[in-house]
Amino acid sequence: MSNIRLENITKTFKDTVAMSDVSFSIKDGEFFVLLGPTGAGKTTTLRVIAGLEKQNQGHVYFDGELSDELPPAERDVAFVFQQYSLYPGMSVFDNLAFPLRSPLRNVPEPEIKQRIQGAAEKLRITHLLERKTAKLSGGEMQRVSIGRAIVREPRVFLMDEPLSNLDAKLRESLRVELKHIQSTQNSTTVFVTHDQIEALTMADRIAVLHGGNILQIGTPFDIYDRPATTIVAQLVGTPKINLFMAHRHNGSLQVVDSPLTLPTPIGDIPEAVLLGVRPENVKIAADGQYTGQAALIEPLGVETIIHIRVGDQTIVSIVPGASPVRLGDTVRFDVPGEHLHLFEPTSKLRI
Amino acid sequence: MATQTQTSPAPVPAVNYSTRVDKVGWRPQALSLTRAIAAVIIAIIMLIPVIWMAMTAFKPLKDAVSVPPIVFFTPSMEGFVNLMTQQRQVNGEELTQLRARTDLNWADQVALSQQRAIIGQSQFPKQLFNSLVIAGASTLISVVFAVLAAYAFSRFDVPGKDDLLFFILSQRMLPAVVVTVPIFLMYRQVGLYDTHLGMILLYTSFNLSFAVWLLKGFIDEIPKEYEEAALVDGYTRLQAFRKIVLPQSITGIAATTVFSFIFSWNEFAFALMLTQDKARTAPPSIPLILGSGGVEWSTIAAGSLAFLIPVVIVTFALRKHLLRGVTFGAIRKG
Amino acid sequence: MATIELKQVEKKFGESFAVKPLDMTINSGEFVVLLGPSGCGKTTTLRMISGLEAVTSGNILFDGKDVTWLHPSARDIAFVFQFFALYSHLSARENIAFPLQAQGVGRDEIKKRVMEVAQMLKIEHVLNARPGSLSGGDQQRVALARALVRRPAAFLMDEPLGALDAEFRESMRAEIKRLHIDQHATSVYVTHDQVEAMAMGDRIVVMSNAEVQQAATPMEVYHSPANLFVARFIGSPGMNLIEGKYANGIVHLPGDNQYFVPESWRNVLNSSLPGDGKVVVGFRPEAVDVHTDGQLHSTTFANDLHGGYTMLHLQLDPDHIVHVRAGREMRYQLNDTVHFDVKPDMVRFFHPETEKALQNGKV
Repeated sequence: MSNIRLENITKTFKDTVAMSDVSFSIKDGEFFVLLGPTGAGKTTTLRVIAGLEKQNQGHVYFDGELSDELPPAERDVAFVFQQYSLYPGMSVFDNLAFPLRSPLRNVPEPEIKQRIQGAAEKLRITHLLERKTAKLSGGEMQRVSIGRAIVREPRVFLMDEPLSNLDAKLRESLRVELKHIQSTQNSTTVFVTHDQIEALTMADRIAVLHGGNILQIGTPFDIYDRPATTIVAQLVGTPKINLFMAHRHNGSLQVVDSPLTLPTPIGDIPEAVLLGVRPENVKIAADGQYTGQAALIEPLGVETIIHIRVGDQTIVSIVPGASPVRLGDTVRFDVPGEHLHLFEPTSKLRI
Repeated sequence: MATQTQTSPAPVPAVNYSTRVDKVGWRPQALSLTRAIAAVIIAIIMLIPVIWMAMTAFKPLKDAVSVPPIVFFTPSMEGFVNLMTQQRQVNGEELTQLRARTDLNWADQVALSQQRAIIGQSQFPKQLFNSLVIAGASTLISVVFAVLAAYAFSRFDVPGKDDLLFFILSQRMLPAVVVTVPIFLMYRQVGLYDTHLGMILLYTSFNLSFAVWLLKGFIDEIPKEYEEAALVDGYTRLQAFRKIVLPQSITGIAATTVFSFIFSWNEFAFALMLTQDKARTAPPSIPLILGSGGVEWSTIAAGSLAFLIPVVIVTFALRKHLLRGVTFGAIRKG
Repeated sequence: MATIELKQVEKKFGESFAVKPLDMTINSGEFVVLLGPSGCGKTTTLRMISGLEAVTSGNILFDGKDVTWLHPSARDIAFVFQFFALYSHLSARENIAFPLQAQGVGRDEIKKRVMEVAQMLKIEHVLNARPGSLSGGDQQRVALARALVRRPAAFLMDEPLGALDAEFRESMRAEIKRLHIDQHATSVYVTHDQVEAMAMGDRIVVMSNAEVQQAATPMEVYHSPANLFVARFIGSPGMNLIEGKYANGIVHLPGDNQYFVPESWRNVLNSSLPGDGKVVVGFRPEAVDVHTDGQLHSTTFANDLHGGYTMLHLQLDPDHIVHVRAGREMRYQLNDTVHFDVKPDMVRFFHPETEKALQNGKV
């Protein structure tokens, strides 16, 4: 196991900048998630760490050692791809054995067998070992891919959206298993995803990437509770955070196009702000301070999403379980001041 | 089965996806039978020239040229014997003598029935052998080089890639007849005229362009993640190529092999101009089989049939890959 | 707006069923969601309603009138496809006007109605653009507008949000539902996403294996699933389902756990279980109370933050994991022992062989 440090990495493809001055370090045994929308540069970052892509500027360190010139094979990393990475025409066993039989490692066959048995049990794929990879389901394939990484006992696991081609139920269960395996093995893992739930649920720390830049690095709680920019705020959380333009007016924040007025938090607040509040912090209460009209009710079973119309704005609230609120009802609600997120409207940075 | 290990949800009962081929089921089975019969009939009509050629090869000369054409005849090896041997006319006393001998083999007998005696081997077996050597060698060389080139074009940032690919393809743009004369002059200068090496080089350069394009299409289809996984797993680029890419591109290689072989095997114009005797291949020689008594159709047919067989064998051997190869690679090329 | 009735409608491809004989009524103005995994027959059902697919047998009625063999164009329906199916050589405006031109509506009338739907969907500013230059969300809005402009008797939608990016999907979901509330058009909506189905449907028809598993309101489907398939499919994660053995008011669960069955269920369990007493206990992740003197015990397998809450994954034994929705600050160390109870009114029982839910008359 080992730690990784990226120092001022810039990577361009022709005219597009995939990574611009990216720096971070990953601690030994950490589950580090790179989160961002398509084209954010997260896969490129992973490939630079693996050595599959060569950066234009900056340095990669493994365990403090400069590793820019090491070819992928010598970096001792395992890569799990989104798809396709099982060698077709080989059995599951041979796929798992493939990295161990490489001339670089040349692990003796009895040990190969033993390691594969161990990994297969961990991933519940023992019954599949003799099968050809073409005969596997999507979930089984991705288990085998992860197994192929585990048998290596590499310094670092690099995973590029390994769950995104699976259906929702499978993704859920494999996510939990993967997290469990990682935390029992304490293996250093870098995991790329565009799915905020995957990031929040699995990560020890998350780096949010956007347009080749790192917007924020922090624990899931940091990212969710103190988003550094509006992009981060909107990227995590379902339903999405409510975001309004607001102006300071008579000591309170007046939401644009709406009678909604919120108390100004203490501190140095500019005239105009972007005001964010997460749906679970819009509390429906009989004696609530604000009123609006229920414009849409989405009952999800475990919770209910209520769209409340206030003036020309709609504020989304989420309440646990079923809700007695009906379409068109007048709804009273509170927005506790401590849950407000304020952003500077031009830079979109957190105030 | 109702228990639940929530980490691996109980398997959803298998769904037969083949049922999702929309709007096929309602067609009455009779219709597909009719279509099969129609297909067989069309195939037979299409194959008549080939069948006729094969029949002619086994006809005695007089049946081969008879009007109206004869469909039922007594098979004879005349055509083949004439093709493979050199003969001289015999008559009178010598003929009687020969007929009296008992140590003649069947080929001699066939010749004798036409009042001829075999005096040696003809040029044709040698030409057939030349064809095999030249077509085989050029196919092998062009496929080997093409796989490497196609892989490089598919995977690496070759400087000026698009221009190079176009340049390679431009090899095929001039018709053979246009370039034969300059090549003839050059070959004579450097001593490649009427040599095996000269023909192999020529066919290889022609095949390569096509083979590179075809194979690049196939290799583009192989996800590069396979090799990258192998790279990370501790293999070199070359090892990954050999262990992952090659087995995956068998189909494309087979299709390319067949196309290259057929081209080299059938090529006529260059062979006619650039060979004379030593390296002459079969195609230019077949139409020149003219016997003493007019056009010997059975001999020509026998030559054509013998010429056809290697191609049939190669195609048949690779047929499994070929259909997939032709429908996949060729369509998605580029 | 039309009432749609399906009577013993079935579809076979060769020997196998794509849709087994199906009876269903979609009331006028209702929003019905056909929900199921891929290959379950939901899209085929929708396509049979539209007439794009011929039925093998059975009848389809619109407002009591048999339309089984009517051409799609004669059924007065609008179909919204997953991949928009916009004409790329026409502007958004021309795309929307297209069905009206086909009906021979007058020019002024077309203009008026196109403007009307464009305003409704807030796409006035993109009317002159070609579909290729629009975002996924706007393309689907144009497709919806093209469907709406016809004022059809029924709206059929085949995973209209499936091809959209996650960031658009949530808001488009609300828009479509809001549109339905304003228009009250009879709508049939196909999806494999249970969240969409719950959020949008007046009624959900859960399908699997070419058969309807349950047709009910979202709340019924969620709280009283008819069988194990529905219990597992609805919810994220699905219902916790654990097989145990029932005897004398107690279900013996894996990991040496004893679950005391609520009084109201005992008679049902006594009478309807197979001889060996096997039963599947089901409860939703939010039906669990974690506290130190809970009657069930487990060890922590994983816990993860979902933003507003934490999901605990507790292991009864290595093969049985229970998912628990808990407060966001609740965290346990790996392998810590956790005690919990199941809220008595939120427990469900299923027959282990028929996989059907048991009923105690109260739920």
